[in-house]
Amino acid sequence: MNKYSVAALIVLFATAASAQTEPDSWPDLKPQLFRDAVIFEDADFASLEAPPRAEDAALTPVTMTVRRPPGDTRSVTRLSLVIDENPVPLAGEFTLGPKSDVSSLSTRVRVNAYTHIRLIAQLSDGSLHMTKTYVKAAGGCSAPASKALDEANAALGKMKLRVIANAAPGRGDFVVMLRHPNSSGLQMDQVTRLYTPARYVDHLAVFQGSDLIFSVEGGISISEDPNFRFDFARNDARTLRVEANDIDNARFNAEWPLERSGS
Amino acid sequence: MPAPAAAAADFALQQIAPGVYAHPGAIAVADSVNQGDIANLGLVIGERGAAVIDSGGSVEVGRRFLAAIRSVTDKPIIYVINTHEHPDHVFGNAAFATSGAVFVGHKNLPRALAERGPFYLKRFRPILGDAAMDELRIVLPTLLVADETSLDLGGRMLTLHAWGPGHTDCDLTVYDSQTRILFAGDLVFSGHLPVIDGSLKGWIAELGALRGIPALQVVPGHGPPVEPWPEALADQERYFETLTRDIKSALASGRDMRQAADSAGAQERAQWRLFDVYNARNATAAYAEYEWDP
Repeated sequence: MNKYSVAALIVLFATAASAQTEPDSWPDLKPQLFRDAVIFEDADFASLEAPPRAEDAALTPVTMTVRRPPGDTRSVTRLSLVIDENPVPLAGEFTLGPKSDVSSLSTRVRVNAYTHIRLIAQLSDGSLHMTKTYVKAAGGCSAPASKALDEANAALGKMKLRVIANAAPGRGDFVVMLRHPNSSGLQMDQVTRLYTPARYVDHLAVFQGSDLIFSVEGGISISEDPNFRFDFARNDARTLRVEANDIDNARFNAEWPLERSGS
Repeated sequence: MPAPAAAAADFALQQIAPGVYAHPGAIAVADSVNQGDIANLGLVIGERGAAVIDSGGSVEVGRRFLAAIRSVTDKPIIYVINTHEHPDHVFGNAAFATSGAVFVGHKNLPRALAERGPFYLKRFRPILGDAAMDELRIVLPTLLVADETSLDLGGRMLTLHAWGPGHTDCDLTVYDSQTRILFAGDLVFSGHLPVIDGSLKGWIAELGALRGIPALQVVPGHGPPVEPWPEALADQERYFETLTRDIKSALASGRDMRQAADSAGAQERAQWRLFDVYNARNATAAYAEYEWDP
């Protein structure tokens, strides 16, 4: 191939890329969120799954899967979930408990527009590894807002633990649920011209006994009624405990007795 | 650009009872061709004036509706009633803004429009096009219904009922006792898959009271312009039962939201139009709701 056809190929490629322009806020976001840190693009340690089309823009399920390549001694300590085109792109920063071997973590997010969703895993050596997926927000009625706001507010603070049967021996597959509107405060009331105050859960941590399973510093991109499903290594603790609070400093604590892990 | 008379001519407005009219919207999603003309719209004419029930999915549709109204009555339009906040029911409001009509809605409608209005305006620009969006503005109701309200059209009373969360959290129905016709808004879908943007459990809970309305016929929010009542509820009720059963089964077996969305309600697929557009979304919303059941 001579140098002219290489040049022609590059032009062709550039045309093809711009023909389907996707919004791309990442070049601006990256320095804001990670300054000048080097981010490797690989899915060796963590991967991200989200539907290509957000059926309900208010409730888009995302699953983060954590693994350790054979022979590698490093582990994932932190996961950052970024939704590029959302008003507040950093959806959540998850810290994984060093003794709980979390292998997957699922939650639900709001998606405001066609957007990349990225997962940046920080390893125990400090290195950053990123994977991404593209999500299209579905139909026009599908607004990333509460469906029944009075009911959401009335139930605020209620918590539930779901224990999914059939977890692997020695492991747990649990869902922690918290009733909270997780409202963004971004909407202007068109009658009063005032913005409704934001109220969202900014911290939630889950422990087995005294060991952290995971904690999350979250924001308004996490859906109403924050919901976290996690697969982890059980210890011999007899209780599962959740501590959470919102930006109004309301505290939500719950504790459930655990049956012994099947083995 | 069609002339107003031509627009009126191709905008169906069907008399379904003396002084009561319905326009059938297309069973489709909004696009640049149909300009959001996808919801059924209503008109009730009294001695003093007329009430419009929903205004269509764009100012253009609202204008064509208004022209069609003018071909059947010269009475003033005294009320524009919005059955809920979705764009296909409210985006035509601006076409009626200079008519002197009072805009009427559920007490939660202003809040819903405040929460979602900016998103809808942004989201519909690529769907309806710049020309349609540039002339569009959100018109809020000033007469709010908290429970039940009567509107006097002159020799004819309309009963407006505000419902709990169902299709949305601001559903309003309009009943004309003189002809026993119910304008159900999107609390009743016929042929078009129901869309859950409020609460499936709430909607199911309201079905008994809805069925109790002594109407002879219903104008569903989407579907044929008029249907027998309460027979029109049967398909919707069966879909809700199927979806509920499948979601509960998915939860019991530990399937996650996405797996449930892929399969719940599947046996209903052949019974509905737009199933593939809305079913997974309904299943997603239903999963989040039933997940809280003990």
